[in-house]
Amino acid sequence: MSGPATDAIPARFKPGDRVTVREAYPLGHLRTPFYARGATGVVERLCGAFANPEELAFNRPGLPAQPLYRVRFRQAELWADYRGPARDTIEIEIYQHWLEAAP
Amino acid sequence: MSGQPHDHHVQGHHDHDHDHDHPHAPPPDADSDLTYHQAMELAVTSLLLEKGVFSADDMRRQIEAMDARHPGLGGKLVARCWVDPAFKARALADGSAACREIGLEIGPLKLIVVENTAEVHNLIVCTLCSCYPRMLLGLPPDWYKSRAYRSRAVHEPRAVLAEFGTHIPDDVEVRVHDSTADMRYLVLPRRPAGTEGWDEARLADLATRDSMVGVAFATSAG
Repeated sequence: MSGPATDAIPARFKPGDRVTVREAYPLGHLRTPFYARGATGVVERLCGAFANPEELAFNRPGLPAQPLYRVRFRQAELWADYRGPARDTIEIEIYQHWLEAAP
Repeated sequence: MSGQPHDHHVQGHHDHDHDHDHPHAPPPDADSDLTYHQAMELAVTSLLLEKGVFSADDMRRQIEAMDARHPGLGGKLVARCWVDPAFKARALADGSAACREIGLEIGPLKLIVVENTAEVHNLIVCTLCSCYPRMLLGLPPDWYKSRAYRSRAVHEPRAVLAEFGTHIPDDVEVRVHDSTADMRYLVLPRRPAGTEGWDEARLADLATRDSMVGVAFATSAG
């Protein structure tokens, strides 16, 4: 596990901000689950900045470090067939370069 | 099998070939052939030992230390949260700092503690692999690593919970946490009723592994 890095990209988002996960399908070692791509949620917290695992996986330094967020989504936003109550949510860790500001 | 080993080389003992369908043949060993990665692990290990990077005893000690971790460590954190509201607030703000405050050895673990309440029930999963707070709970159970749990916990968490015997009313939010990156998660279960005045050691036993993953409630008192 990598610790917080000092050489970090500044954080663009803060708790409460609405963000959309980029709908991209690059190859490689990725930590952004397919089911979250294209979905819009709200930043729950900034977890700090971490060396980018997409680079670490190929023995590169992964710096400057990427801010990492926990983003909260409504389950109904992720699954068209979700059967639980509308209040159910899911929180996913997503790195900043996968997020765009949402209206 | 009978107590005495059979001597298959005694001539004339049987009048048929011994190779097939022998009623007293020992069952085959359960060991299967090495997989590619098992063979690679053995090769790398023997090179590291040969080059003196570490000793066999170092490796054994490390495995022993990993195997010695157990859910009682997480239970200690939960019990302290139950008896000390100020500590609970610190644990929810910074789980790693709270562990260190009570002397839990967690190494580089970045812990987030999520609290079950009358309004929210939390459930932990890692859909990408099997990330798990091993420093506090030990090795994960097989079901946690299974493809079925990993895919279903995010898509139909209430059905998964029900299969564990955990029924969450519709007016309680189920909040799943997908442990996809650098953080690890521990659920702070609700303190069972009827445990007023219990000491921390007794309370810690109620915080089971499954309750700290969120698939169950803490064990009820009595």
